[in-house]
Amino acid sequence: MKDNKNATAAIEPQLLKDAKKVSRKKSGISLTIVFSIISLVYVFPVLAVLVNSFKSNTYVKTDTFMLPINDAEHPDIWAGFSNFVNGMTIGNYPFVNSVINSFIITLVSTFLIILCTSMAAWYIARVDSFLCKVIYYLCVFSMVVPFQMVMYTLSKTADTLHLNTPWTIPIVYLGFGAGLAIFMFVGFVKSIPIEIEEAAAIDGCGPLRTYFTIVFPMLRPTMISVGILEIMWIWNDYLLPYLVLDINEYRTIPIHIQYLKGSYGTVDLGATMALILLSIIPVIIFYLICQKYIIKGVAAGAVKG
Amino acid sequence: MNNKPDETNAAGKKIEAAATEAVEPEKGKGASSKLMYSESVSASKAHSAAAAPRKKTLKEIFFGHKTSYTLRKPLKKWWFLFMGPVTAAFIIGFVWPFIQGIYLSFCKFKLVSDAEFIGVDNYVKAFSDKPFMRSFIYTAGFALVSLFFINIIAFAVAIALTKGIKGSNLFRTVFFMPNLIGGIVLGYLWSMIFDGVLSAFETSIMTNSTWGFWGLIILICWQQIGYMMIIYIAGLNAIPDDLFEAARIDGANSWQILWNVTIPNVMPSITICMFLSLTNGFKLFDQNLALTGGQPYETTIEAGKAVSIGQTEMLALNIYNTFYGANTNSRGTAQAKAVLFFILVAVIGLVQLAYTRKKEVQQ
Repeated sequence: MKDNKNATAAIEPQLLKDAKKVSRKKSGISLTIVFSIISLVYVFPVLAVLVNSFKSNTYVKTDTFMLPINDAEHPDIWAGFSNFVNGMTIGNYPFVNSVINSFIITLVSTFLIILCTSMAAWYIARVDSFLCKVIYYLCVFSMVVPFQMVMYTLSKTADTLHLNTPWTIPIVYLGFGAGLAIFMFVGFVKSIPIEIEEAAAIDGCGPLRTYFTIVFPMLRPTMISVGILEIMWIWNDYLLPYLVLDINEYRTIPIHIQYLKGSYGTVDLGATMALILLSIIPVIIFYLICQKYIIKGVAAGAVKG
Repeated sequence: MNNKPDETNAAGKKIEAAATEAVEPEKGKGASSKLMYSESVSASKAHSAAAAPRKKTLKEIFFGHKTSYTLRKPLKKWWFLFMGPVTAAFIIGFVWPFIQGIYLSFCKFKLVSDAEFIGVDNYVKAFSDKPFMRSFIYTAGFALVSLFFINIIAFAVAIALTKGIKGSNLFRTVFFMPNLIGGIVLGYLWSMIFDGVLSAFETSIMTNSTWGFWGLIILICWQQIGYMMIIYIAGLNAIPDDLFEAARIDGANSWQILWNVTIPNVMPSITICMFLSLTNGFKLFDQNLALTGGQPYETTIEAGKAVSIGQTEMLALNIYNTFYGANTNSRGTAQAKAVLFFILVAVIGLVQLAYTRKKEVQQ
């Protein structure tokens, strides 16, 4: 890239080059300013949640865009941390349990999906029998099926098989989410030269050992992409756990938030804001830590899906 | 050969790649199919006679080919461990519910156990269901409007952020951030903001369908612009700099460069983003449920019966409400609606696939 620029720069007259540099710099600064303002507008909704989670319930709706500072007109607008305290117990179900359930479901499902689908994908790509092809194309097909198509029958099947706890629902996720993962893994395995695995096999390495010591490490980049896509999907999923889980005993964060509004006539908006803030925080931390991988994984998933 | 350097590297030997080329020059399936073939060629043929092109026999296509016998034979003994869990879960989580869903769409049922076959009645009912047809038109309108706004804005932002301005990475991070927040949380977050604004006009997002529509458009733009922007940026970065330099030396102005160099070269990204936003628009559920929940409802008298129609109810939400609403007799109709919904989404998906394939070949 750099060589290119230098080469063309040599062709262009010096004057023209200078003029361009100046104009580009100017537009660069003004664009930076414009985008800084847009960025502020963009994060505004999240900031609004932060501000409102410290407001008393009655002011959230009427004075949404005010800072929670007490004055003559709004004598008790500052609520301190009481919203967070109230939020923990509001809605007949402890919020902490919802958070724990969400973590269990997301982590176990993602782990299961990555392990099982990558093994299956290796088998599909290397054995490549008729049955493998059938399963592969069924998986690709499942990617275009919307959840509403199977939601009723799936929830009944899961109920019959007692897959309605946070520890067993990952099996449902493995089944319904296998499509994208298998598709991405098979595509990647096919790009690995088969000679490496052949060499291992000739040297007396069994399939299991070949998989875990040779294929598994090579699949790492795809595993990260798949893992991130699955985490983003499962953590935020509302309808599948809502229909499959035993709602009275197990809730996830989205279900919890939906229930705050769903089942009560008057909603404690302040506490709702506090809970929304608490449910956004893990996501933002996750995003800031794995930002690079997330953006890469999303781009990879989009191009393939 | 020019445009396939990766495959040559990946396959290792040039001979194999040449053999692959010779065997299937007519197909433009892209990297994956070529490699699959090159494996079989490399294992059995390439070392003996690189020049001898050979067609796949039907048996090979359907029952696998004799690729890497050393690898396949022991691996097949472990099929239960490698394929077992995924196959079992896939049958539980997808295959069986899907087949049962198709069957139930032709049945009258309250529970799965009391299903009674009644033919296409459910489909007739679905098509004559006014709220369903209304939600279809509403959803289509929403999908097109959101497609337009998301793609225009995301493309403009992507172009600006690839100009190398200061802080590009920070802006990219900020714009992508809403994508990670789930639909339900997003819905309540924005309903708080919209109601905060609308309280000045003494109305609410729940009572005004126009506000409901544009509110959802704003929400979906906020959520998805970052995602589409990432895809556009990947596409823009893949354009070689030489093209721009050449155009500039030829005296093209930036408008001409945009129309004649940039846009034709990011066409694949544009197609992907358009179809993604279209299917996302059609499948939207969580955000719709959390922001307005289909409200406001309007009641009309239809053939002596009162029918209440959710003014902001989209297809997915309509299907959900038909399933789990107060009337348990309508579950068969709901399943028929779901099948129609699936066909609609699948057709869009297949058109996308065909279209992107065609584009790949042209390149």
